[in-house]
Amino acid sequence: MPDNSRLDLYRQMLRIRLVEERIGDLYAEQQMRCPTHLCIGQEAPPVGVSAHLRRDDLVFSGHRSHGHYLAKGGDLRAMLAELYGRATGCAGGKGGSQHLIDLECGFMGSAPILASTISVGVGAAWAAQLDGLDRVVVVYFGDGATEEGAFHEALNFAGTHKLPVVFVCENNLYSVHSALDVRQPDRPIHALAPAHGLQGVYGDGNDVDVVYDLAAEAVARARKGDGPTLIEFATYRWREHCGPNGDLELNYRSAEEFAAWQARDPVNTYRQRLTATGMLSAPAETAMAKTIAGELDAAVAFAKSSPFPAPEALARFVYPDPADRR
Amino acid sequence: MTRQLRYFEALREAQAQLLATDPSTLVIGLGVPGPTGVFGTTKGLQEEFGKHRVFDTPSSENAMTGVALGTALMGRRPIVVHMRVDFAVLSMEPLVNQAAKWHYMYGGKLKAPLTVRMIIGRGWGQGPQHSQSLQAWFAHVPGLKVVMPTTPHDAKGMLIAAVRDDAPVIVMEHRWLYNIAGPVPEAPYEVPLDQATIVRRGRDVTLAATSYMCLESLKAADMLSRIGIEAEVIDLRAVAPLDVATLTESVGRTGHFVVSDTGQESYGVGAEALALVAQHAFGALRAPPRRVGLPHIPTPTTPALADLYYPLARDIAVAALTTLGSDRELPPDDSDPRRWKDVPDPSFKGPY
Ligand SMILES: Cc1ncc(C[n+]2csc(CCOP(=O)(O)OP(=O)(O)O)c2C)c(N)n1
Ligand SMILES: [Mg+2]
Repeated sequence: MPDNSRLDLYRQMLRIRLVEERIGDLYAEQQMRCPTHLCIGQEAPPVGVSAHLRRDDLVFSGHRSHGHYLAKGGDLRAMLAELYGRATGCAGGKGGSQHLIDLECGFMGSAPILASTISVGVGAAWAAQLDGLDRVVVVYFGDGATEEGAFHEALNFAGTHKLPVVFVCENNLYSVHSALDVRQPDRPIHALAPAHGLQGVYGDGNDVDVVYDLAAEAVARARKGDGPTLIEFATYRWREHCGPNGDLELNYRSAEEFAAWQARDPVNTYRQRLTATGMLSAPAETAMAKTIAGELDAAVAFAKSSPFPAPEALARFVYPDPADRR
Repeated sequence: MTRQLRYFEALREAQAQLLATDPSTLVIGLGVPGPTGVFGTTKGLQEEFGKHRVFDTPSSENAMTGVALGTALMGRRPIVVHMRVDFAVLSMEPLVNQAAKWHYMYGGKLKAPLTVRMIIGRGWGQGPQHSQSLQAWFAHVPGLKVVMPTTPHDAKGMLIAAVRDDAPVIVMEHRWLYNIAGPVPEAPYEVPLDQATIVRRGRDVTLAATSYMCLESLKAADMLSRIGIEAEVIDLRAVAPLDVATLTESVGRTGHFVVSDTGQESYGVGAEALALVAQHAFGALRAPPRRVGLPHIPTPTTPALADLYYPLARDIAVAALTTLGSDRELPPDDSDPRRWKDVPDPSFKGPY
């Protein structure tokens, strides 16, 4: 990988981190009035995966979707405005953090009902196949979502028809406060893939180089028409399941476990790696963070100063307007 | 003074007492044994009653409901808990096609004493997929009973009655009721699953309501009282079956009827209540009855639209004035200093 690509992976992870931290800081103002699932600690998978995606490739996601949206090129201002419930939000304020969308960059939507967008993504991949396009669809979800029947049904269909889709499971070991081992037997999640006729691979989801390499293969396979892949990335959520705070006081995970994962901070470890190889200097890093902070300041200001939707918006879009019929 | 418990504490006590007194009781659901215990309603139950009777499930609503049904057929009394009604939608098949019908379609040979607790979310941007109020869906299915307790007293008594009932029962709990306290007797007791209750007496108009809308109806009755109209308020409590006798008796006295439901107005519980009143008390009605509910629109997330979406006491009072044909003016809006009405009380800081 060229140096500037790796720098860009770093820059994007840092950007997601800083956006999520800013949301965490601002949440207490009680102006972002919607359930919000931060992805701090899980920045590497979306960045390493999206590096292989074209603009016309499609992404679907679940409740923890900010990183997926931003890495695919989603508009930061529209995302923040959405969290602030404004008319300028990416869904006009109707969706909030759990329903991001940016069609300009192929981010097709996120929905918080577990596993629901997996089959929808498969449908989009099927459409691409029917249309003879070499488009790839990526669907992100957590370890919890793999417990839903719809996950297995969707994989079965995708495997049967060799659909151009990459299933990305971010296994952060928990579903809300429930540990993986009380919910699933002792077998890896990616081992479910061959049973459904898919390729299944596993890697360190906190190492963006690993993510990049695994995703390269999976995306290339899908694009060539060789069929779908399930990638399981080991990663870890730092903040509470939903909301801006830490949650170690709940004691469902140990401080030791948390510390061990913090030591594997995807952003920091990559910074060190790039610094050690001379690719990234301290001043360059500072400049990068400063640019991102400036962009964030502007996006927050935009969101906060945007108008709320007008009352007429309430009843709009329940059904498509016949005047818009294709 | 009778002991006071909050709604969520009453639910927890009901389950603890059922677990303690009936070894066939099980409590299952994602997060049931977790540190927050489904908003406190299941907190500590696993420590007290063991991992075999109180347990966490995978997020597999469909299969786990079938699993619960299987245990129910074998003599257990499982309580399945969903943090949101919206997640229970994934379990419609085992509920609607199976649990509802196993007693009937096998000629009465099997019973499915399954209880499913479903929480209705509201506010703080719960939005289109975390705040639906789908009681009418379940009420529509023969074989399922559906209740919506409003008070802590009824939450405890109806949950106990639901678990002891031999039919599958859906218990819908509104999140905005959870922190409200009320008198709750300590010993286990049952509240019938098919009876409404009159919570305020009045002669001019009957305001019937489900769940949280009962509290708004009581506020509406206060507003109306200030302009000389005495409303009777009925807490429906049971949605399927609906207590038609209490409704017709009340409408027989008042001649005017308004029903409010937490769900969509069209095809909803309000529609059923109006139909029953029209059928059974047509002669008593002195004007067309009214219903108050959600518009035929998904829940918007932004508070700017959610505030317009949810009907409040004032809407109920206006409906009452309309059916009364009254041109009296409601008192000005009570000074509600909140910028947004998307929280049940000011202590609520989100996100849930
Ligand atoms: C069908 C359904 N059941 C339950 C929930 C409640 N819920 C929301 S997020 C979540 C945790 C899911 O865990 P996982 O898929 O591992 O994602 P993570 O939050 O760890 O990123 C749960 C149980 C839901 N949204 N949808
Ligand atoms: Mg998880």
